[in-house]
Order: sequence, then C-alpha cells, then structure tokens
Amino acid sequence: MREVVLRAPDDYEGWRDAARALAEAGVPAEAVVWRAAADAPDLFVSPPEEAPSGDRRALRVPRRFVDLAELVACHRDPERFAFLYRLLCRLQDEPRLLDITTDEDVFRIEMMAKSVRRDRHKMTAFVRFKEVLVEGAEPAYLAWFEPEHHILALTAPFFVERFKAMLWTIVTPEARASWDGSALHFGPGGSRDEVPAEDATEEHWRTYYVNIFNPARLKVDAMKREMPVKYWKNLPEAQLIAPLVRSAGTSEARMVATPQKTVPKRAAAIVARADEARAERDAPPTAMGNNGLEALKREALACTRCDLHQFATQTVFGEGLSTADLVFVGEQPGDKEDLAGKPFIGPAGALFDRALGEAGIDRTRAYVTNAVKHFKFEPRGKRRIHKKPGVGEINACHHWLEEELKILRPRLTIALGASAIRSLTGQSASVLSVRGTVLSSALAGPVFVTVHPSFILRLPDEASQTTEFGRFVADLRHAKARAAGEDSTPAATGTLL
Amino acid sequence: MARLDITKKLAVLADAAKYDASCASSGAKPRKDPVKPGGIGSITGQGICHSYAPDGRCISLLKLLLTNHCIYDCLYCVNRASSDVQRARFTPEEVVQLTLDFYRRNYIEGLFLSSGIIRSPDYTMEQLVRVAQLLREEHGFRGYIHLKTIPDADPNLIEQAGRYADRLSINVELPKATSLEKLAPQKQAGTIRKAMGGLRLRLDEAEDERKRSRRAPAFAPAGQSTQMIVGADGEKDSDILASSANLYSGYKLKRVYYSAYSPIPGSSQSLPARKPPLMREHRLYQADWLYRFYGFAMDEVVGATDGGMLDLDLDPKLAWALRNRQRFPIDVNTASREELLRVPGLGVKSVDRIIDIRRLTTMRLDDVAKLARSAKVLRPFVTALDWTPGASLDGTHLARAVKRPAEQLSLF
Repeated sequence: MREVVLRAPDDYEGWRDAARALAEAGVPAEAVVWRAAADAPDLFVSPPEEAPSGDRRALRVPRRFVDLAELVACHRDPERFAFLYRLLCRLQDEPRLLDITTDEDVFRIEMMAKSVRRDRHKMTAFVRFKEVLVEGAEPAYLAWFEPEHHILALTAPFFVERFKAMLWTIVTPEARASWDGSALHFGPGGSRDEVPAEDATEEHWRTYYVNIFNPARLKVDAMKREMPVKYWKNLPEAQLIAPLVRSAGTSEARMVATPQKTVPKRAAAIVARADEARAERDAPPTAMGNNGLEALKREALACTRCDLHQFATQTVFGEGLSTADLVFVGEQPGDKEDLAGKPFIGPAGALFDRALGEAGIDRTRAYVTNAVKHFKFEPRGKRRIHKKPGVGEINACHHWLEEELKILRPRLTIALGASAIRSLTGQSASVLSVRGTVLSSALAGPVFVTVHPSFILRLPDEASQTTEFGRFVADLRHAKARAAGEDSTPAATGTLL
Repeated sequence: MARLDITKKLAVLADAAKYDASCASSGAKPRKDPVKPGGIGSITGQGICHSYAPDGRCISLLKLLLTNHCIYDCLYCVNRASSDVQRARFTPEEVVQLTLDFYRRNYIEGLFLSSGIIRSPDYTMEQLVRVAQLLREEHGFRGYIHLKTIPDADPNLIEQAGRYADRLSINVELPKATSLEKLAPQKQAGTIRKAMGGLRLRLDEAEDERKRSRRAPAFAPAGQSTQMIVGADGEKDSDILASSANLYSGYKLKRVYYSAYSPIPGSSQSLPARKPPLMREHRLYQADWLYRFYGFAMDEVVGATDGGMLDLDLDPKLAWALRNRQRFPIDVNTASREELLRVPGLGVKSVDRIIDIRRLTTMRLDDVAKLARSAKVLRPFVTALDWTPGASLDGTHLARAVKRPAEQLSLF
C-alpha cells in the first residue's frame, strides 16, 4: 500500500503530479491511499515507497477530465483523490468513458463537480461584506462564509476581479483569503467573531428586501430551493423571512380588499396637462405650404383598415418629392422598412437604389411607395418571414395609394411587381407577361410595369442576377425616357382584360 | 410636504418597483473600457442571484424607481396619477450612492432603474441616463445596469442610455393593443413597438460596428427585453404567445417577461381583485421556452391549448405530446436532435448527452431515465434497447398517468 499526502485539502496540483507518476508506473488504484495534510492519517497505511522505475506508459486524458478533476479535488468527500485516481486509471483503457454519462463513475464525477460548481456559485452570491472603518485608513471589508467544499482558493479570483479597488478578507473555518489591493494572500481559517456583526448599510438593505417582496406572490419553496436555509444565518436579510411569510396573507388580503379612498386632488389636473401636451405634439402640422402628403401620412399612421396593423411596427408611408414625375409602387415594406418606417431601405431597397443610379434616375426627385403599407410576415424564431399580401389587404390599403396619387399626379407610375399591378389596375396579371408594357389605370394614368427588385435578389445564381439586374436597369431607363416624353414608341401598350 | 429621508424613500420606491418581473443580470459581456482607478465591478455573463425574496424571485439587481410620481394614468399601475399612494423621488446621486453601497457589500450585481414619467418623457429619460452616467464615468462602475426606456423619449437620449447601460427595456405592458387603449389610454401600442424597432435597428448597427472594429463603443450589449402583464384584461394565452412570437422575431428581444397581474392597493374597479395567476405565468414561461430553445412554432404550442388557454395541470410540452401521439414513440437510439427535443421529460442538456452517449453504446431505458427529469413522464413516449411503450401510448388514461400530483404550497 502506498500513501500520498497532499499539502492541502484542495491540492489539485499535488494530486495531479502524484497521480501522473503513479499511473505512468502502472500502479493500480487499489494500491494507493490518498490523504490531505489536514485529514486524519489512515491507520492501515504503510510508509511511502519510491515509485518503481521501469516501464512507463504515456498518459492520455481528455481535456474534460482535467476540468472536472480540478473541481472535484475541492469536494469535501474524503474519497475524492482516490476516486479521481481510479477514474484516471480507467480512462487509460476506456478513452471515451467520459461521454458515457450513464456509467456509475462518470455519473458520480459529474454530480460531484456539479455540487462544487453550485457551492462556488453560492459563495459568489452569498458572501456579505461588512465595512470596517478605522481612522486614517482606507475602509476594509470583511466577510464570514462557510462553504460546503474546499472552494476558497478556487473562488477567490472572482472577488479579486470584482472588488479590485477594495481591501477585503473572506474568512472561512478552514482558511482565509485577503486582497491588499495588489495581491491575494491565503492564511489560516478563523471564526465568525472576527467579522463585525453589523454594517451600517444593512438597514437600507433590509428596507429594500422588505419592500421589493410582493406578498401576493408567496412562494417559499422556490426561495428555499435557491437559497437553502443553511446560508441564512450569515445573510442580514434572512431574519426578515419568517415575519414576512407570516404576514403575507394579511398584507395580500389588504391589497386586494382596500379600495382607493381618495383620488388626489391634483391628479385630474396632472393628467389633463399631460394629455394636452401630447395632443399638441401629435397634432397634424398646420398648412406650412404643405401639399397634403404630410397630413395624409399622419392619417395613415393610425390605419386599422386591415389586421396587418396589429403586428407590424408601423405604417410605412410613401416618401419623396410631391412634384415627382415618376412614382414607384412596390409591394409592401420588409423587415427593415417596418423597423425604420421608411420604404425601400433594406436589401431590395439597396438594389433598387443601385439600379436607379445606373439608369440615371435621382431618387430624391422621385416618389417611392408601396401597394400595402404594413409589413405582412410570419414569425419564425428570431426572424420574420415575408408573406405576400392577399387581395383583401391590397384592397384595404388601396385607399392610401389612391389618395397619394391624387396629390402626386405623376407623369408615369412604375409598378414593381404583381401586387403593385393589382393595386393600380385592379387586375391580376403575371408580371413577366406584361413587363415593359404600359397599362392604363383609371387611378394613375399610364402605368409602366417591371419586376420587383426582390425578384432579382431571390434568383439563385449570380449570372442570372447580373442579367436580370441589367434588364431591370434597362426597364428603368425606358420608363425615364417615357416620362420625359422622349419615348414615342406607342407599340408597347398592353391591355389587361 | 416634509422631506423624506433616504430610508423612507427607499421603502416607497422599492415598493413601487416590485411589480416589475424582470430582474435578470445575465447576457452581458464584461466591460472592456479602460478601468478608472478606484473603479469597481465585474460582470460574469450568467448573472448571480444574490438573494431571494419569499415570493421565490431572485434578487440580483437593486430594482428601483427614480420616482413614483407619474403624469400617466394607467389603471393597472400603482403609480398612476390618480393613485393615492405615497410619493417620493430620489436624486440621481442618492441612487448612485445606494447602488455603490450595496455593490461593495456584494448584495447585488447592479442596478435596474425605472421611473414614473414626470414633466415629459425626455426629462424623465434624461434623469435615468444621468444616474447611469454618474455610475460609469464618475465612479468607474463596471457592474450591470438595466435602464427602463421611455418609448417617447428623444433618440439621442436612447443612444446615450445604450452607451451606459448593459440592457434596455421597454414594457409592452399588455399583450393586446385594445387592452392598452382601455387600461393605459396615454400609451399607444404603436409608439411602444416603434421604440422597440428603433432599438433593434440600433443594436444591429452596433453589432455591425463591432464586427468592423473591436474598439467601437458598445450599445446595450445585453440587448433589450420587455414585460407583459398577464391576466389584467381577459386576454388569452394564445394572444400572449402570438404577441411574444412577434416580439422575438421582430425586435430580437433577449427575454419577454410575463408578470401575473397582482392586485395593487387601491386598484381600479375594472381590474380583477384576486390572487395573481402564478401557475398561468409559469406555463407561459414554459411555452416561451419551447419556442426559443426547443424548435416549437408558436402555432404548435397554441395548437395544444384548450381554446387558447394553456393547461394548468400539464406542462405545455406534455400537453403537445398528448395531442400528437402519432409522432411517438421516438427511438432514443436513432432519433434526430429535433425529435428528441420533443420528448416530454427530456431537456436540451439531456438530449445533447444522449447524442454523445449513443455514439458509443446503445441506450436502455434506465440509461435514459438517469438523464431525464422524470422517467415516469418519459416512458410512454420513447423506445430504447430494452423498452417499447406498447399500447400505453394509446391509452385514454395516459394524461392522468403522467400528470404530476398537484403540489400543496407549504405555509412555512
């Protein structure tokens, strides 16, 4: 029997070095006894022997074992070092053992690691510093904590990171950690009496604790699960728990049953004043040489003509010059347009802008709008999938397009895609069959038809995207020429019946 | 009016904040800005609950209102203008002092600051931003800051808020726009959504900037969240879930918090004066979880409700499974990750474990049971090396068999 004595109860490095040497020498797990310096010596152990030299095998362990072992070395289980060594030996023959979580040993190491992790987490949560003021010195902060496992050294760096500018000491029964502003020191354990019983801030903390609790939601079990009773004795707020729980029923009943006695006299005046201020802000601008589009837009912001307004962010109204010769009508706003409240600014908008540029059309001299002014979509996880608007929605929204066109009276309206055709002409048509033609619309006069820019974005390969982009630009040039009266070819007028 | 001392103010303004459910301090990244000498604080990413109130809710942040004076008159809110509750107002410096005092003693992870609206939305937002600015710039505070954003406030103020805060939130308050009109006539669903949309665009932009340059300033790195009050206006769970799906997909919210409507002192006659529907709230969180982590579409979750209401006795995944028995049993040794995630009793972690293990060995029911939350719930829905559920899946009593016995709440 060999004995390995480790320097401290959490001496992972000591264990690792010894375990490596023993395992390389092929010493079986049953032949080793492990103990930490503070543990009582095992009575049945022979004095340590030199590890036999001779055949040594190279050790291989998965990274995950190293991580788990570092945690489990801090477990309070007196068998932890022996158990880890046994698992290390097993891993030499079963290299993928750790993936088999249902194996007894793997299950155990996971449970032990979990318990240590939890204890560490609780320490970061439930350490309570008390301020100690000594004249002429910086304030010092002292805490008493009783961890379940040997986790002080493992957890101290958390407090260093968090309270770097403070001088602090955490005392536990078996060791203490102190931060002097530049270095961490460990020392012997201590007792609770070393830490002051009170701190001036505790009164505020307890006031907060009492008042943030909602007695109508009493859930004592949930509290105890997360904040086990064993920690309560060192938490300044915990003494309030029993009285709060006892009085919760009456407090709740009082909340439910107490009708408001009086409405404060000033309330009506406050609310009226606030309403007034808001009405002023929301009021449509009075005619400042305004052509009516602004007023129309304001009206449309509150549109509830179809159900789309319920989920869309906002009405995305048309935008551009009120005296534009060219009016572009798309289908509906997309994700980005919906968020920003502006038409054609997303990916399709970027492509549209590029095509306008190549066709020599100045977007700021045109007017851009959509057949449907609310975004229609299907929520899917963290994205919204565009859904084609239905005829009902196009018809419901037609009112706005009609009013826009009445004010704009453009030379030429360009329908981008099928929904625009539908709204402008009242007819359904396949875009590709009437593309490049001019339809007549009672509402808008001549309507030139081309594709919607998102059609080009949806094409699968770059080659056809390039070709179609070129055709789109050609269409736009054609439309521009026509609006300028330069295009006299009357042949391309289509009909829709 | 006599001036209140700080303890009294703390009592009034913590009490006023207790109806807000969100308290998490998770999801933030450690701040890398140059450390101010004497600065304090760190962020762990997971968040730490430093205490728990007897209502079972975690206390991670100092949750306060800057003031509970308010010019709005929202019926469900204890701070509405017409409420006869005691009023108080902190100065920004007082909140800063309390936050630092509490933080130094390791009571909290940071601050969650909200406010009643006073004077104007802009003025109120300025005051909130002022607190965060003092903490970060004067005191080198690197802990967590969550600011409630006033939907109507100037975008420049929101921009500043995002520079100092880890998380911003805007409460949608009620799942249906019609309820909002009825109960909070001065708030508009449209304004709230627009503010969230603006925030999302700004968050996306900040993410892009970060990709281009690591030194780009952070903007609310822990994202945005919101809260909905549940049970104040007869809305259905299906309305709430539809609303959530919309919020997650549209505004990339980190969390939607559900807050069971809790009676408030001197509440309006038009609101229910009864215990908050806590179990309903819990089921909504579970349903929300299925949507975010288990690949369920909201339609599927809603499909397993009873007339739009989630079953209070069954968790929503089990309710879904019982209504979709044709999709079971699922073979734990061959099923895809997506299929396994649909098995009642298996969580994301257990599913990932199963996938690791079965590369090496064929699993028996006992092996699966070791990983599952409840073997009893699991059994009818899976097959394993030594197990097939046989006809039990078709039995009419299956629901009763897998239901957990009703829990009696302990009275301490």
